Amino acid sequence: MRDHYQLIIIGAGPAGLAAAVTATNHGISCALLDEQASPGGQIYRAIESAPATRAQVLGSEYQQGKTLAEEFRACSVEYFPECKVWSLNSEREVGVLYKDQSKIISADQVLVASGAIERPVPFPGWTLPGVMQAGAGQILFKSAGVIPSDGVVLAGSGPLLLLLAWQYMQVGVEIKAMLDVTPHSNFLSALTKFPRALLAHHYLTKGLIYQRDLKRAGIVSKMAVSNLKAEGNGELQSISYRHLGREHSIETGLLMTHFGVIPDIWLTQAAGCQHRRDSSQQCWRPQHNEWGNTSIDGILIAGDGAGINGVRSAEYAGRLAVLQALFSLGVISQAERNQQSINPRKQMRKERHIRPFLEAYFAIPQNMLATTDKSTIICRCEEITAGEIRAAVDNAHGDSNQVKYLSRCGMGPCQGRQCANAVAHIVADAGGEAISDSSLFRGRPPVAPLTLAQLASLSAENAS
Amino acid sequence: MNTDILIIGAGLIGTSTALQLAMRGCRCIVIDKASPGRHASGSNAGGLRQLNRDLAEIPLSVAAAKMWHNIENLVDSDCDARFPGQIRVAENQSDMHKLEQRAAMVRSMGYQHEEMIGRKELFQIVPALAPHCIGALICREDGYARPYHALTAFRQKAESLGASFHSDCEVYNITQEGDGWSVRTSQGTYNSSIVVNCAGAWAGELAAQMQEPVPLTPKALMLMVTERLPHFVDPVMGAESRKLSFKQMQNGTLIIGGALVAKLDFEQERTDIDWQQLAASAKTVLDFFPQLQDVRIVRAWAGIEGFMPDNIPVISASHKANNAYHAFGFSAHGLQLSPVIGLIMAQLILDGLSELPIEPFSISRFNH
Ligand SMILES: Cc1cc2nc3c(=O)[nH]c(=O)nc-3n(C[C@H](O)[C@H](O)[C@H](O)COP(=O)(O)OP(=O)(O)OC[C@H]3O[C@@H](n4cnc5c(N)ncnc54)[C@H](O)[C@@H]3O)c2cc1C
Ligand SMILES: Cc1cc2nc3c(=O)[nH]c(=O)nc-3n(C[C@H](O)[C@H](O)[C@H](O)COP(=O)(O)OP(=O)(O)OC[C@H]3O[C@@H](n4cnc5c(N)ncnc54)[C@H](O)[C@@H]3O)c2cc1C
Repeated sequence: MRDHYQLIIIGAGPAGLAAAVTATNHGISCALLDEQASPGGQIYRAIESAPATRAQVLGSEYQQGKTLAEEFRACSVEYFPECKVWSLNSEREVGVLYKDQSKIISADQVLVASGAIERPVPFPGWTLPGVMQAGAGQILFKSAGVIPSDGVVLAGSGPLLLLLAWQYMQVGVEIKAMLDVTPHSNFLSALTKFPRALLAHHYLTKGLIYQRDLKRAGIVSKMAVSNLKAEGNGELQSISYRHLGREHSIETGLLMTHFGVIPDIWLTQAAGCQHRRDSSQQCWRPQHNEWGNTSIDGILIAGDGAGINGVRSAEYAGRLAVLQALFSLGVISQAERNQQSINPRKQMRKERHIRPFLEAYFAIPQNMLATTDKSTIICRCEEITAGEIRAAVDNAHGDSNQVKYLSRCGMGPCQGRQCANAVAHIVADAGGEAISDSSLFRGRPPVAPLTLAQLASLSAENAS
Repeated sequence: MNTDILIIGAGLIGTSTALQLAMRGCRCIVIDKASPGRHASGSNAGGLRQLNRDLAEIPLSVAAAKMWHNIENLVDSDCDARFPGQIRVAENQSDMHKLEQRAAMVRSMGYQHEEMIGRKELFQIVPALAPHCIGALICREDGYARPYHALTAFRQKAESLGASFHSDCEVYNITQEGDGWSVRTSQGTYNSSIVVNCAGAWAGELAAQMQEPVPLTPKALMLMVTERLPHFVDPVMGAESRKLSFKQMQNGTLIIGGALVAKLDFEQERTDIDWQQLAASAKTVLDFFPQLQDVRIVRAWAGIEGFMPDNIPVISASHKANNAYHAFGFSAHGLQLSPVIGLIMAQLILDGLSELPIEPFSISRFNH
C-alpha cells in the first residue's frame, strides 16, 4: 500500500467496482479499499465464489454482478480486501487497518462508495436472541449457503423482504408468515407516483412475480400489520401482532425483520460533509450534486451511500463520480467529462423512475420510526429505553447529542449505528419538533472500533 | 430585554456564577450561542484534580475540592463524583526527584494534599501498573465526575433559584451605555447593569470588544474512550514526564487524554482528530498497562477550550470599565475549579472583593 494515490475508492460494491474500472482505464493511480474478503458489496456478495445453483436462486439481478467483478479483476486498480477504513477527514486522509497494521494514506480525490445498511427499527422485543435483520440472513445465505432450518417469520416492509422470502421459498425454507407493516394509507400516497414508475415497469413486474410465486406456494401473507412484538423468556418464543383489528400470535424461534435500507454515512459524517434529511427516503444522506461532489472539496460519493437508488443506479453513479474525479485531477477536460457522462446519466435517470413510487409505497409508519412504547430498548449497547430517551429530552434542550451525554444512549461499541436514527425520531417526536438536517448524533470517529494496539501500530508505522 | 446581571456563556463557569448569584438573591440571565454545556464543559475528561496545579491555583483548587466533596449540598446531585485519588507516576530517578521537589514546595506553602508514595504503596494502589514504575505523587482526595451531569445539576439548581438560561443566543456586539451595557445578540438586544464574560474559548473576542484584548488561544483537545472493561484501576493516572491522562469511569470505560491537540478550524468550529497523536497516546497507555492491547477504542472527540499563555485563567473585574467581569481561559483544567469560581465571581460582583487570593489571575497581567 502506498502513502498516496490520485484516487482512493472506499467500497467494492457496484458503485466502487464500476468506478475503479473507469478510473484505471484512464491510467491514474487508484486504490480500492473494502472490508469484505472479495468484491461485490452487499448485492453481489461472494459473487465470485457462490456455486451456480445458489447464484440461480439469488436471481438474475445477482448474476449480473459476475461480469462487473470480472472487469474489475482485469483492471489495474490496487485492490485491498479485508481492509477496514476507520477514518476519513476533510484533508482526504484515510485511516485504514490492513493485515492488523494501521496506516494513514491520502489521496487527491476520495470516492466514498460505502453503500447502505439496513434501517434499524426498534420494536418491543427486537433485542431477543432469535430476532435478526433479514439482510443478515441474506448475507449468511449468499456467503455460506446457510438457511434457517426450523422455519422463520418474516416481518417488515420493502422490496428486499419480498426478495428474501422468494429466495428462501426456492430453497425450501419454511416461511411461517410474511407480515407486512406497510399501512393501507401508503397505497394512496404511492398512487400519484405510479405513472412514472411504469417507465421502469420491469421492476414492478418482478415484484408481482415474486408475490405470485409466494402465493402459489401457499405462504401466509398479511398486509397492514401493526403492533409487532417479539416475545420470549431469554430468547424468542413467539411473536404477536395486530391485523384487521385483532391480536394474533405465532410460535417461532426465528424472526427476520427488514425495514428498508438507508445510506451508510459514517465515513462522510466523520469527514464533516454536510448531511440532509431526506423525508421521502426517511433517512439522512450526504448533500451532493449531480457529479457526486459532497460539501468537501475532493470527497465524492456514489451509490446507495449517497441516497438509496439501487444497484444499477449505483454503478452509473460510480462512473459519473469518477469522471468528475478525473476532471478535477486534470486527466480529462470538461468537455470530455460531459461527453462521457451522457450515456451513464441517461441510464441512471431511467433506473430512478421507480424510486418515488417505492419510497411512498414502502414508507415506514411514523409510530414505528419513533416508538411510543416506553419500555422498548433503543440503545442495545447501553440498554437505554425509549422512555429514558423521552425523559431526557427536556433537559437536553431537544438535542439528540445532549440526550446522548445525559443518557449514554449511543455511546457503546456500536457507536450509535443501531440507535442514531431512532433517537433522532424519538427526540423530535417528544419535543414536538420537526425532524431536521441536524437531528442525528454528530459522528464520532473511529468509524470502526480499533484496539489500542492497532492504533498504536500507527505510530510505529510512521516512525519506520 | 432588561436584567441586572447578564452572563455570557452557559458552560460550567457561567453556570456556577449564575448559581452563586442566584443563591444571594440576584436576578441574572445566562445566554449561550449554542446550549448549556455544548463546548468544553460538556466534552471534558471529568477530572477533579488538585494534584500538580500551578502554585497560584492551589488555594482555589483546595477550596473547590472541599465543595466537590459536598457537592450534593450545593446542587442536589452528586454529579457522579468519585474520589479514588489522582496519581502522577515516576518512571525513573529523575522523575522521582522532580516529584519530591514538588511535594516539598507544596508542603512549604502549608498544604498537605500532595504526598509522595514509594514503589510498594504505588503497586498496592495500582496493582495493574507496569513494573518499571518506581513511585508517585498522589492526592488522595482527588477524583472525577461526569461533566455533563454536573453542568446540568448546576443549571437546574440555578434555575430553581430564579436564574434564566437562553440558548441559541449569540452575542454579536457589546457596548457600554452609561453605567450599564447594551448587548446585541441573535435574539435581540439585552440591557444589563452588569456583564460577565464566561465565553470560554470565545472570550477573547468579547474581551476585545470591551476594549480589553487578551492573548487567548483557542485549542481543541482530544480524548478517546474505550469499550467497558471489568474494573481494574481506581485512581486517575498521570505521569511525570509523559503525556498521560487515564481513568476508568464508573461504568468500566477508559477515558484517555492528556494534552492531545486536534486540528482546529475555529471559525467553522470544526475539529479534525490527529490520529498520529492519539496513536502515540495509545502507545504510552500500553507502556504503563500492556495488558490493555486488545481493548477497543469506540470514540474519539475534541472539545474547544481557551488557553492563556501562562496556562492559568483570567478571573477578574474589568480594568477598563465599570460593571464588567471576566472568568475564562481555564486552559484545560476548569471543571475542578468551577464551583469556587462561581463563589469568587459572586463575591467580586456583589462585595467588590474575593476572599480567596485572585491577584495572579488579573486581566491586566498581560499589559506589559
Ligand atoms: C444487507 C443488505 C442486503 C442487500 N441485498 C440486496 C439484494 O439482494 N439485491 C438488491 O438489489 N439490493 C440489495 N441491497 C441494496 C444494495 O445495497 C444496493 O442496491 C447496492 O448494493 C448498492 O451498491 P453500492 O456500491 O452503493 O454499495 P454496496 O454494495 O453496499 O457496497 C459497499 C461496500 O463498501 C464497504 N464498506 C463500507 N464501509 C466501509 C469501511 N468503513 N471500510 C471498508 N469497507 C467499507 C462494504 O463492506 C461494502 O462492500 C442490499 C442492502 C443491504 C444493506
Ligand atoms: C477535552 C477536554 C478535556 C478536559 N479535561 C478536564 C479535566 O479533566 N478536568 C478539568 O478540570 N478540566 C478539564 N477540561 C477543561 C474544562 O472543560 C474547561 O476549563 C471548562 O469546562 C471551562 O468552562 P467554560 O464555562 O469556561 O467554557 P465552555 O464550557 O466552553 O463555555 C463557554 C460557553 O460560551 C459560549 N459562547 C462563546 N461565545 C459566545 C457568544 N459570543 N455569545 C454567546 N455565547 C457564547 C459557548 O457556546 C460555550 O457554551 C477539559 C477540556 C477539554 C476540552
